[in-house]
Amino acid sequence: MKKIPQKEIHKYLRHNKKFPHVWCPGCSDGIVLGATIRAIAEIGWEKDDCAMVSGIGCSSRMPVYVDFNTAHTLHGRAIAYATGIKMAKPSLNVCVVTGDGDASAIGGNHLIHACRRNINLTVICINNHIYGMTGGQYSPTTPHDAIATTMPYGNIDNVFDLCKLTIGAGATFVARTTAYHATEMQSIIKAGFEHNGFSFIEVMCACPVIYGKLNKQGDAPQMMRDLRDSYVPLITYEKLNADEKQGQFPRGIFKNEVAPEYSERYAALVESLQSVKGEGDE
Amino acid sequence: MSEKVEKNRDGLIIKQADTPLKMQVEVNEVKYEGDYRKAPVFIFHDWCKKCGICVAFCPTKALGRKLDGSPFVEHPEKCIHCETCDKLCPDFAITGAKR
Repeated sequence: MKKIPQKEIHKYLRHNKKFPHVWCPGCSDGIVLGATIRAIAEIGWEKDDCAMVSGIGCSSRMPVYVDFNTAHTLHGRAIAYATGIKMAKPSLNVCVVTGDGDASAIGGNHLIHACRRNINLTVICINNHIYGMTGGQYSPTTPHDAIATTMPYGNIDNVFDLCKLTIGAGATFVARTTAYHATEMQSIIKAGFEHNGFSFIEVMCACPVIYGKLNKQGDAPQMMRDLRDSYVPLITYEKLNADEKQGQFPRGIFKNEVAPEYSERYAALVESLQSVKGEGDE
Repeated sequence: MSEKVEKNRDGLIIKQADTPLKMQVEVNEVKYEGDYRKAPVFIFHDWCKKCGICVAFCPTKALGRKLDGSPFVEHPEKCIHCETCDKLCPDFAITGAKR
């Protein structure tokens, strides 16, 4: 892991946009933005080599602040737009930033079918367990018994495990990390960018202003401490017994496989069809 | 200072000073003086949102918090340039890198 100083980050930001950014004090979205820019700076991509696509939500304000080719699209449809960008220009490194509600509730179908196609996108899903921007409605990833504005007596739904969903749908790179482990996040995002195929990175984040306040989880440093204590590495998690696994979640790279990539297969198909000579060709 | 006594709808007495009270906030002095390029930690206060993450996770407790919540370098000699505050600051408002 290479140390990227903060002045490198400022080269990738759009300084004509309004700073400080719109996110609440203590929101982890800024940490994810920093780790993403550090990963890109570590690989050494130019600004024009990257495209960042997002939907609607708190996390989806991220492309506004970075100086790549960016698109701020419809709610939940970011992966569909990114698929179009990747198919039209396969040389671009397309990155999708979505929230948990954006990716799993409204855009759930786009997510699983992009996983199935194994198209070379990097999806960074920022999971803060709630719809933060619209005032705290419960999302598919809100934990059981947690309080949201539309679930004032506790959530009765079961939790959506996005990593298991994407592994089942056929993504070839699936990882989970937290906002506290920023160094690990940088290396995982870098591995996701360099992976040839669909890579899904779930980043567990703290939402101290809406989710933390509703569930009385304390201020931003306390929520970061909870993230540090409740997400253990995958090797450690497998050694725990059933009682110790209560309240603990694994993090790390769950799946990393090599499989044929969609835009390459499409190019090969076009080439094979164009090489066949028809009746009119001489 | 004279005090104005009023009664509200519930009959409770409210004492109100004539002159509006000024907010009194004590601010600790930053100990380090000199060229900011040579300071161990540089804090960009225009972008800081005072969330307190950098102070909470500084491994050597070099940072402190003013009464209004904003960070300052309490012990400049303790900084080991680990850049934890760089990575955990959501607002890119602090850097502990060697300059």
